[in-house]
Amino acid sequence: MRVINRQPRQGISTITAAIPLVLLMIVYMIFSEARLAENPDDKLLPGVGTMVDAVQRMAFEPNKRTGDYLLWADTQASLSRLGIGMSISALIGLCIGVLNGVIPWFSAFWSPSVRIISMIPPMAILPILFILFGLGELSKYVLIIVGTAPFIMRDMEQRVRELPREQIIKAQTLDATSWQLIVRVVLPQVMPRLLDSVRLSLGSAWLFLIAAEAIASTEGLGYRIFLVRRYLSMDVILPYVIWITLLALIIDFSLRRVNAVCFPWFGANR
Amino acid sequence: MSLINVHSVWKSYEDKTVLEDLNFNISEGEFVTIVGASGCGKTTFLRMILGEESPSRGSIEIDGTPLVAEPGRDRGVVFQRYSVFPHLTVLQNVMLGLELAHSRLLCRSFGRKRKDHIRQSREMLDRVGLLSVADQYPDALSGGMQQRLALSQTLIIAPRIVLLDEPFGALDPGIRSDMHKLVSELHQDLGLTIVMVTHDISEGFLLGTRVMVFDKLRLDPHEPDLYGAGITYDIPLTRGARGVPASPSTASVPQHMEGNT
Ligand SMILES: Nc1ncnc2c1ncn2[C@@H]1O[C@H](COP(=O)(O)OP(=O)(O)O)[C@@H](O)[C@H]1O
Ligand SMILES: [Mg+2]
Repeated sequence: MRVINRQPRQGISTITAAIPLVLLMIVYMIFSEARLAENPDDKLLPGVGTMVDAVQRMAFEPNKRTGDYLLWADTQASLSRLGIGMSISALIGLCIGVLNGVIPWFSAFWSPSVRIISMIPPMAILPILFILFGLGELSKYVLIIVGTAPFIMRDMEQRVRELPREQIIKAQTLDATSWQLIVRVVLPQVMPRLLDSVRLSLGSAWLFLIAAEAIASTEGLGYRIFLVRRYLSMDVILPYVIWITLLALIIDFSLRRVNAVCFPWFGANR
Repeated sequence: MSLINVHSVWKSYEDKTVLEDLNFNISEGEFVTIVGASGCGKTTFLRMILGEESPSRGSIEIDGTPLVAEPGRDRGVVFQRYSVFPHLTVLQNVMLGLELAHSRLLCRSFGRKRKDHIRQSREMLDRVGLLSVADQYPDALSGGMQQRLALSQTLIIAPRIVLLDEPFGALDPGIRSDMHKLVSELHQDLGLTIVMVTHDISEGFLLGTRVMVFDKLRLDPHEPDLYGAGITYDIPLTRGARGVPASPSTASVPQHMEGNT
């Protein structure tokens, strides 16, 4: 039988999915053991115990200087930046994208600019943002917005244009005004697509967030990683990376659930 | 007076003429079926009545007033596909027209008005046999049911003209004959004016009170796109009660058209 026709049995997918991860962990532990056997003070590949200690210190003991539980304080700072930035970005992306997709005169003015702006590498204008908006929260929101909104705008415009022409005509024969067409036909149909678009943008949003935090911040997951890098604290960095990955997974999963629950008609149309 | 007047209408795109010199009137209550080979311009003609396209030359009038170049509530339409809104349930799809007419800004009805809209919509759904699936999304319906829904969605706001573009083209034969019965009944009971495009000539003769055949009147063998299609036959059919042809009008069908389905 051809390889392309061999299907894993149902129910086995959890096991197959776990195997590479388990392998990775085993390989890590082998190398870690080996290095630590040579030099017990080695910092590069800390043992599991060391990392558990670090997590214990960062997450469950108040910091001696500030009295904060650092992991949670960092998480809260980062997530609120990500949440605020992405929410504004989604809102702008939805409005501009829908108008571009529905109204030809609007699109004549704005579609080309959106296309050009989306080509700007956001990291290149980070210094400008720091100069304009200072080193505070605002410049971090703006970086996330600049980094993700153009993509969402273009994606939304595209999604609106993909709606069958027949639907748009049909709505007009039901006497829909442009406003009614947007409110009853277009918006409800692009909402689940907006959530998908946001999901896809979250990867780059994390990138911009961590970059901005690394350069100018006093708290946040990205800030912490780059701070402890100076002391080669791999025992802190690795758990932080795992934690960020976990957060990203949870957000992605939640957005999927929201889509499935709020827009039950959408699944079959994909 | 006739409802639709078509005056020397031509339609051409950059490099080809699709329709040439159409001249005819359609009266209130007629069920006109337009038949013709695929690609001869039937949909193009329907889109001109719809207001989605405008004639290159000539004019179309409805009730004596020239057509506005955009779709409106006096001309309802059902396409072969995509005529219903996937994000609305069956009931919401039918209610949409009522709600839009009622509230220009909020686009929704509330309270007593809403109850009234629901009642009207349910009556319409009952009539087309969809009441039992009122709360489902269109995706869960069969092709025939979706077309019933599209039809009732259009009819609820009582348009003056109903335009159908191969509405049953994608359906199984059994379902199709159910739909034929439904459309005939609706035409009779509601006194609708219908223009229906089909490439199935027997369907055209079965349903219509008048059959129009679109075909090229002249052909340049070296440049097939040079001339467009016109009306080669315009056949009124007499009918008894319930739309059953009284006299077998097939006698007047030109020989070469039979089996052209
Ligand atoms: N927007 C357009 N631009 C150029 N050619 C078109 C356009 N719309 C339709 N046509 C052409 O007009 C002809 C008639 O098309 P159509 O009305 O869809 O045919 P039918 O519905 O009879 O099958 C086709 O040859 C098609 O290629
Ligand atoms: Mg067609």
